[in-house]
Order: sequence, then C-alpha cells, then structure tokens
Amino acid sequence: MTTRRRVAREFTPPPLTRADVEAVSKQYDEPIWLRQARLEAWAQYEALPMPTTQDEAWRRTDYRHIDWGSAGALLSPNGGAFDDIPPENRDPLLGEERGGLVAFVDGKPVHDEIGEVLAAQGVIFMDLRRAAREHADLVRAHLGTRAVPPDEGKFAALNAALWTHGVFLYVPRGVQAALPVHSVFYATHPGALIGRVLVVLEEGASVDFLHETLSPTLGADGSYIGVTELIVGDDARLRYVALQDWGLNVFEFSHQRARVGRDARLDWITGQMGGKFLKAFMEIELDGEGAWGRMSALYFPADTQFMDLDTQQNHNAPHTTSDLLFKGALKDHARSVWQGMIKALPGAQKTDGFQANRTMILSRGARSDSIPGLEIQANDVRCTHAAATGQIEDEVLYYLMSRGLPRAEAEKLVVDGFFVPVLDRIPFENVRERLLAHVERKLLGA
Amino acid sequence: MSATLEIRNLHVSVEGKPILRGVNLTVRQGEIHALMGPNGSGKSTLSNTVMGHPAYEVTEGEILFDGVDIVGLEPDERSRLGLFLAFQYPVAIPGVTVANFLRHAINARRKAENPEDKGISIPEFRKLMMEKMETLRMDRSFAGRYLNDGFSGGEKKRAEILQMAVLEPKIAIMDETDSGLDIDALRIVAEGALTLHERIEMGILIITHYQRILNYIRPQVVHIMMDGRIVETGGPELVEHLEEHGYDWLREKQSNGA
Repeated sequence: MTTRRRVAREFTPPPLTRADVEAVSKQYDEPIWLRQARLEAWAQYEALPMPTTQDEAWRRTDYRHIDWGSAGALLSPNGGAFDDIPPENRDPLLGEERGGLVAFVDGKPVHDEIGEVLAAQGVIFMDLRRAAREHADLVRAHLGTRAVPPDEGKFAALNAALWTHGVFLYVPRGVQAALPVHSVFYATHPGALIGRVLVVLEEGASVDFLHETLSPTLGADGSYIGVTELIVGDDARLRYVALQDWGLNVFEFSHQRARVGRDARLDWITGQMGGKFLKAFMEIELDGEGAWGRMSALYFPADTQFMDLDTQQNHNAPHTTSDLLFKGALKDHARSVWQGMIKALPGAQKTDGFQANRTMILSRGARSDSIPGLEIQANDVRCTHAAATGQIEDEVLYYLMSRGLPRAEAEKLVVDGFFVPVLDRIPFENVRERLLAHVERKLLGA
Repeated sequence: MSATLEIRNLHVSVEGKPILRGVNLTVRQGEIHALMGPNGSGKSTLSNTVMGHPAYEVTEGEILFDGVDIVGLEPDERSRLGLFLAFQYPVAIPGVTVANFLRHAINARRKAENPEDKGISIPEFRKLMMEKMETLRMDRSFAGRYLNDGFSGGEKKRAEILQMAVLEPKIAIMDETDSGLDIDALRIVAEGALTLHERIEMGILIITHYQRILNYIRPQVVHIMMDGRIVETGGPELVEHLEEHGYDWLREKQSNGA
C-alpha cells in the first residue's frame, strides 16, 4: 500500500486587515459615511466564513490553489498610465464620438471623461470615489444598499470594505442617453484589485454601457474582487455589456446583481474570455410588474482556465419575463460550471422564465457542467430550461472542408456560428469583432 | 488541360465492413456520367470516399485526380484541386450565413493559391453571389440565412448548386440532387449544373434513382452499381431499360456469373 501524503490546504482568506480599510479610506479623503460603511462591511467580512467546497454554490469551485501572497496584497498604483491600456480597449464605441470613458489602471483613475452631449443631458458618468464626494446623496442611497449588500457573501463584504476604485453611471429621469458610455479596469501588476460598478437609471431613462476588465498575463497570481450593481428604475432601459479578459493568473470573485423595476428592460451581455479562475454570481431581480430581463453570456476557457457562472433569475412580481442564453466553448483542459436558478415568488403570476446553457467541447480534456434549477412558488407561470453539451460533429467539419476550408478554418466557422446568437445581442460592432478575433486566437493557439 | 477523375479497383470499408469491392470508373472534364443502382449498392459510399469522408477507409485501389492519387488528401485539398460533391443530405451550420460561408470558401481557394491574398472584395463578392443566385432563381434574402438551417429539402439542394456555381469545380458529383425536388426546382437545379458544364466544361457524375433528372442533364455514359461494384456500363439507353425492367435482370446476370 502506498502512503498518500495530503497537503492540508485551507480555504484561507487574503492577508488583509482592518488597518488596510482605514488606510484606503484615509488615502482618498473619503466622506465619513463612506468610511463608516467600510468599517461596518469589514466587521461583516470578519464574521463571515470563507466559502468552501462544502457550500452548495462552491461545490465544484475550489480556489485553494490561489497564492494570496501575491493575489491578496492590495494593488497600489504602479505608475501605470492610460496608454498602458491596449488601444482597442479604449477606442470610441461608435465612430469618433464618445459618450464617456472612465478608465483605471491598477485601481488608479487615469481617464475620467464624459462627453458634452451626455453631460448636457444630465448624465453622470465618473470615478465612483469622486462621485461619493460630488454626488454623495445619489451614491450613498444606492451603493451596497439595494443590489449587493455587504453581507451578500465573504467577497462582497471584502469588496465593500476595501474597494479602491469604481465607476458610477447615473441617468436622470426620462433621459435617453444619446451615446453609449465605456469604462475599463486594467491591471499591470499582480495583486488584489477591488473594484465596483454602480449604475442607477431613474424612471424612463435609458443607456448603453460597456464595461471591461482586463490585464495582461501577470508575473504572479492576481485577484479581482468585484461588485456590480445595476439599478434599473421603472420604465427604464439598460443595455449592459461586460467583457472580462484577465491574464491567465488572475482569480476573479464577483457578485453582480441587477434590480429591474416596473415595465423596465435590462439586456445584460457578458463575454468571459480570460482569467485563471472565475466565480461570478450574476443575478437579475425582476421587482416590478412587467419587468423584463435578459442575460446572455459568451465564454471560452482554454488551457487550464476555470469558469464558474452562477446565475439567478428572480421573478418577484407578476407578468415578469426573464431569458438567459449562455454559450460556452471549451478547449484543452478547461472547465466550466454553470448553475442557474429561476425563482418565482408566490405572487409572481404570469411570469415567463427561460434559461439555456449550451457548451461546445473542443478537446477531449475539457469539461463543462450545467446545473439548471427551478424554484417556483406561483402556480400560473411558465418556466423552462435547457442545457446541452456537444462537440463539433465530424459530418459538419467534413461538409465545410469539402468546400475547400482547411480544418482549422472550418472549426472556427462552426464556433463563430455557435456564438453568433449571443454576439448579435452586442450593440457595438468593434466589440463583436474583438470577441471574434479572440475566439480565433484561442482556437488557433496551441 | 482537362481534368480527369480516375477510380481504379477501389475497395472501401466502413467500420471494418467492406462496402465497395473493386470499383473502376473514369470521368473526364466535359463528360456527363450517370451512376445508378439499388439502395445500399454503394453509390453514396463512392461519392463520399472520393470527397474524403473520414469514416470511409480505402483498403485497396486508387483515386486519381489528374494522375495524382488523392486518397491521402484531406477533403479541403480535394476540393481545391477542383472536385465538388453536391451532398445528398447537406449539413446545417447554425449561425453561419450562406453569404459568409461562400466568402470563406472562395477565400480559402484564393489563399491556397496565393498565401498573400487578402480575399475577395465585398462588392466583387456580392456581385458574384447575386448573379449566381439569380440564375438559380433564389431570393436575395437567402444569402442572409444560416446555411441549411431550417431549409426545406428543395432549398438545401439549391444551396448545394449555388455553392457549386460559385466554386466552379472541374468535376462535380451530384448525389441524388434530384430527390425531394418538385419539377420546377428540378429544372432550375439541372439548368444550373448544365450551365457550368457548358461554360467551364465541368465534368458531372450524377447519382440518381430516377430518369427524371437525366432528361435534363443527359449523360453520355451510364453506370450501374450493385453490391459495391459497377456491373454494367452503357449509353443513355440503359436508363430506359432500367425504368422498364428494374434491376432484376442484372441480378440474374450477376448470379449467372456473366
């Protein structure tokens, strides 16, 4: 019999302390209420256990290989500048005109701009820290109060205590933002990057928003602890596109939640491409009667990338509609987990919920798990789900190759086609092109 | 120089089971041949083997294209040499439009000839595609639909001929292109093939069960396949003989060892 030696590895927290919270707050000369909120969040953080694979939501998602030594040290600005961000990630979204661009490098604001058009409309789009001073009432009313409270989970609490940067988007009542806005979180060094996105749309407002998080592959483990809050008022319309392309040693832990009001529409599209490890909670709360929420994802882990997308579509009011379409391609030894829940509260009659996760396995060593779920407490609803995993069939490749396409190109065409239903939901052509280019690089890469 | 497809003593197995047992057949550019035979005789196995389907294993014999054995080549290489197969059951490619696919197919050819090629320009491509679609009386909206996805049987066959018209092969195999087509669609598809035959001397090997399509695309040579061999080769009169007498006389002839 062989002796098996087990390295006892714990689900250890990053080596951060209350002193770090105080330092972060002081460094930016924050208002008292915010400092207070941070310290309360820190207390909640300390009271919460680190999630382990004993927890249902984390059962397939083990992060014990993270090196908190590098990934748990707060990332401080390293002299990174706007120009460090790759040009394609800071190009205007439509033609030459820019609605607004807010960009951070290693947590430091390097670009904080809103165009004249949107400013004249009364749209606020800026660095969240600045907003906490200049628009304190708005920020205070919405930050961590409605969508992702600090006690949501260990990482949400950590974020609430220690976030170093964030972007704030506010569209006043009845305003249809004439141009899309764009924000970028970029990292140049390993460390803990802690960022927030806060979007507030008042009644009848509408806007398109692209948010990007990315880094090159870093020299050691890095982490992104993120919170995203999308608050869509009655009759408002938000189209939110979130692209993630972290370097191959970044671990992301994020909580993202939208609250959707009466007759409001949320169209949420995400592209998940990078990172070493991803655990993202993405949730839609359909709070008002007639609310509509759609969540779409395109994900493509390769190599040994691991992605866990954990979704909820919560129907909290009658006549609400949710639609989820996730499409993933997996290559090499990549792994993906999708667990999705549709919930309908007792009063949520005439709700219509749908979810589908479809994955394409491109290598024998890749694996995807789909765990759909329904929790229906209303009796007059229609909630359905679908999940399918497949490969590129030989017949399909043969057919395409018989027209002269080399194998690699035939595969690319099939994968592109597979992603098209999600890509078609992205309103920015250059973003679609970038994603397709990324898919191509991944497919052709060894 | 005109191309020749020459099949010599071809033996093919699928999952270890022999299907073709010594096929000999030569089609030259400019010629039209028909290949007939009962179900299961090996006609589709032959067409897929010529095109390079990975499930068909050549255990003996050769397939020569312009004198070069293509048995070891991938389907795309065969295609770029000038071979084409109009599929009996075209595969659906969701998310890939007819136009996008055709452009990729054209560019793959151009790139193989010249690695520096930047691909066909969009206006040039559109003109070409619209022209071909018009001759096949296809609605413009067809170009924007996903390839074979939700197509009717007739639309699939027309899409096959559209691909053939765009790629302009030297030799095309049409595998039961006539099945599932009404008489109008059949005429359009047949005219499409004939135009290529006349204009660029495309050689045609047409696999069919019925005389119908052969009234439009008149073969010079008719082959009959049974049990994985070509058992009879003759002129167009053979088609009528089959229509009248079926295959029984050939089976008898076979069992008599003639």
